[in-house]
Amino acid sequence: MSQQITADTLPEAVLEATRSAPKKRSQWLEVWQHLKRNKMAMFGLVILSLVVFAAVFADLIADYETVVIAQNLSDRLQGPSAQYWMGTDEFGRDIFARMIHGTRVSLMVGVLSVAIAIMIGGTLGAVAGYYGGRLDNIIMRVMDIFLAVPSILLAIAIVSALGANLINLMLAIAVSSIPSYARVVRASVLSLRDQEFIEAARAIGASDTRIIFRHIVPNALAPVIVQGALGVATAILSTAGLSFIGLGIQPPEPEWGAMLAGGRQYLRHAWHVTTFPGLAIMITILALNLLGDGLRDALDPRLKH
Amino acid sequence: MEYHLLLLSDRYPMYRFILKRLFLLLPVLLGVSLLVFAIMSFTPGDPAQLILGESAPAEAVAELREEMGLNDPFIVRYASFVGNAITGDLGRSYSTGREVFGEIASRFPNTLTLATLGVLIAIVIGVPVGIISATRQYSLIDSSSMVVALLGVSMPNFWLGLMLILVFSVNLGWLPSGGFSDWSSVILPALTLGTGSAAIITRMTRSSMLEVIRQDYIRTARAKGVAENVVINRHALKNALIPVITVIGLQFGYLLGGAVLTETVYSWPGVGRMMVDAIRQKDTPTVLGTVVFLAAAFSLVNLAVDILYGFIDPRIKSQYK
Repeated sequence: MSQQITADTLPEAVLEATRSAPKKRSQWLEVWQHLKRNKMAMFGLVILSLVVFAAVFADLIADYETVVIAQNLSDRLQGPSAQYWMGTDEFGRDIFARMIHGTRVSLMVGVLSVAIAIMIGGTLGAVAGYYGGRLDNIIMRVMDIFLAVPSILLAIAIVSALGANLINLMLAIAVSSIPSYARVVRASVLSLRDQEFIEAARAIGASDTRIIFRHIVPNALAPVIVQGALGVATAILSTAGLSFIGLGIQPPEPEWGAMLAGGRQYLRHAWHVTTFPGLAIMITILALNLLGDGLRDALDPRLKH
Repeated sequence: MEYHLLLLSDRYPMYRFILKRLFLLLPVLLGVSLLVFAIMSFTPGDPAQLILGESAPAEAVAELREEMGLNDPFIVRYASFVGNAITGDLGRSYSTGREVFGEIASRFPNTLTLATLGVLIAIVIGVPVGIISATRQYSLIDSSSMVVALLGVSMPNFWLGLMLILVFSVNLGWLPSGGFSDWSSVILPALTLGTGSAAIITRMTRSSMLEVIRQDYIRTARAKGVAENVVINRHALKNALIPVITVIGLQFGYLLGGAVLTETVYSWPGVGRMMVDAIRQKDTPTVLGTVVFLAAAFSLVNLAVDILYGFIDPRIKSQYK
């Protein structure tokens, strides 16, 4: 019996069984079913969809050039009214319109910086966990150094050195969150590395790259997704915080933290300038936290029952 | 055997663990300073020009550059920074000319006060609310405190700071809106700083308590007729608080190192605001000094939390090796 086992030589029943085996997608379908039953997570998803909707259709809601950034000093610091739902800022600009356009910056920085951090941190964590030994030690000790600086401090240091603009802001926020993704991915890779299906893949001659990206990464994805959802929230908060101290998005571009900072000196006379952008931040973060918590429950088999 | 060698022997794993961790802190701090030093060296602009002003003659600027060692290679500049830092010399501020270390040392007590009060507020709110929520899971009290905690986690603290100023100093006029005059000026910043941590501690206490309450030994205690408040306070709480103490410690470290925004909102004379002011003035030695100092404080607190963890949980002690 030195015959090679190929698809042709397998009994028909075995092939039939493989064909009718549950598809891989079903795992995600199950997560979705679980998530759907979680009212708080669904509430978060609905709010988040509205925020995304506002970002996509911002130009239809208010024109950027004429409404969002054009100054109108005769109408400055007006309270909320039928014309200006949330009042106007110190340059007479409609706060509601600026808030709607502000969703674009916040979502973009939030999502892109997390994506960068996941790509870099995830790769480092996967390599460290998979190869172990000295390489693991070197990578994780470097990560420890990053973790020894509170992330907001690290982001501040990076932006202040490179200059305050959108790209540097995203890089700074991404870099300061790389270690947490590296840790999460490394932990799940470590738990997967010695499992039988990985051994099987290695036995049939799969390369390390193939094993890491085809077998390990998809299985290590769950905690990364949860961390990512919460990470977008943190990134939006950091963006607002950095803009608040003048290190983020520069005026006149609308960004929630920068809008808040602009209204700070008028707090005494015009409460609405600082109040509404802060509410926008809080509601968006709340939605992301609800969704992130819901995803964690849906993805964590330990809590499923 | 000599005393210090005894400490390193297997008979005292705890001390050995502490020494080992303290020793491991050194490369981390070196790494942090290297990281920040490298980042700061990217900063555009000539420090010598900055000190002497725009109109200074070119020769004077060149002379000062040489004197400050700015023409030396990166590694030489970094080595001299570390060498000086070990002796407590973090250089002089470009803008005020004062010793950075002295300035940090005089401001650090303010940051420490704020972080300590913030954490105390967070504990006083977070732990009881978490326990009550857990013992009455799904009750009205539980759901409402969880909603409030979630809002607390989602709120940017600089915005909360401004809102508290709006209510308590602009509208009600009860408390000062910033600065540092007497005890009343610490209330709003400490509340602002403590709120986020209170929310995190509440959530942690609740989930940890829920986990413990479901365990067998609690059922045993109840079954043998121990009063419910004794079950909660004596049996459950002790174990439930172990992870909570860790979170409290980590929060303290975080408040110490990350109070930058709160200090800015309230013009609080702490190390965080010193850093933000230095960034605006492109005062590299001050930025570098404050970041490294705050990172060191943060790491030391984290180390202390790890050690404390061993003292309160005997199961962990056996793992020290």
